[in-house]
Amino acid sequence: MTMQEFFAMGGYAFYVWTSYGLTLIVLLANIIIPVAQRRQFLRSLALKQKRQ
Amino acid sequence: MFLIPDPVVRFFHRMASPPHFYAFTERLMPWLVVIFLLLTAAGLYGGLYLAPADYQQGDSYRIIYIHVPSAWMSLFIYVVMAVAGAIGLVWRIKLAEIVAISSAPVGASFTFIALVTGSLWGKPMWGTWWVWDARLTSELILLFLYLGVIGLYGAIDDKRTASRAVAILALVGVVNIPIIHYSVEWWNTLHQGPTVTKMDKPSIHVSMLIPLLLMAVAFKFYYLIAMLQRARTELLLRERNAQWVKAMISESK
Repeated sequence: MTMQEFFAMGGYAFYVWTSYGLTLIVLLANIIIPVAQRRQFLRSLALKQKRQ
Repeated sequence: MFLIPDPVVRFFHRMASPPHFYAFTERLMPWLVVIFLLLTAAGLYGGLYLAPADYQQGDSYRIIYIHVPSAWMSLFIYVVMAVAGAIGLVWRIKLAEIVAISSAPVGASFTFIALVTGSLWGKPMWGTWWVWDARLTSELILLFLYLGVIGLYGAIDDKRTASRAVAILALVGVVNIPIIHYSVEWWNTLHQGPTVTKMDKPSIHVSMLIPLLLMAVAFKFYYLIAMLQRARTELLLRERNAQWVKAMISESK
């Protein structure tokens, strides 16, 4: 199988790769959002403690 | 309690303590990520490259490797959320409440993925993006249940009260879970019947079944990772005035 054949997915490239791409985006967002929120919150807590 | 081994009981007792949970999940995280990545790499290699095309559906069937595990996760996470919510409701264990609410966005995401990939699979195979049949409609209701849980939690300021309200909503919604599972048997639907969980023998070739099961286990690990990340954030927000949080921040400076 060539690379081109692989990516063509027997003519179903749009349906298959849209499914996989969208899944990747949703799964990544579910990790990035809570981690970013926690970092930001930890920074604000550290700042508050410094001021006291 | 005499049925549960002592070390297991002690493990759960320690995990119910916020500082221990926070430290333990931090150490656990890299292991979970490594296992998830290995399983996903093996599953995708097997599913997208090694497995042959389907004799009826061609390569379009390869959507199965994310569609079916996502649909399984949407049900599994809902049950975990309802059970954790019930534990929080009965025993007032703060970490059970946090596990329950942290599961909701991950479950909603898997429900969304199951619906959208199903739609992307339905268009070339059924000729339509959507039908209002029993399986698709009950899965859509599941998405609304998850969104209801998230919305209700956000609408109540006192998070202990919010957790109790959310647990009751989640428990009432459990009724939808068997409806989704058996919808393809109880009603005439466009959606195909169960392929893997048939009692006698799965009607899927082993070269397609193995990557599917690998992806299913990989998604279980993903759920643990994503849920624990949310739980750690939620725990910090709730415990901001606790001594262990203050100590941790002054140590990190």
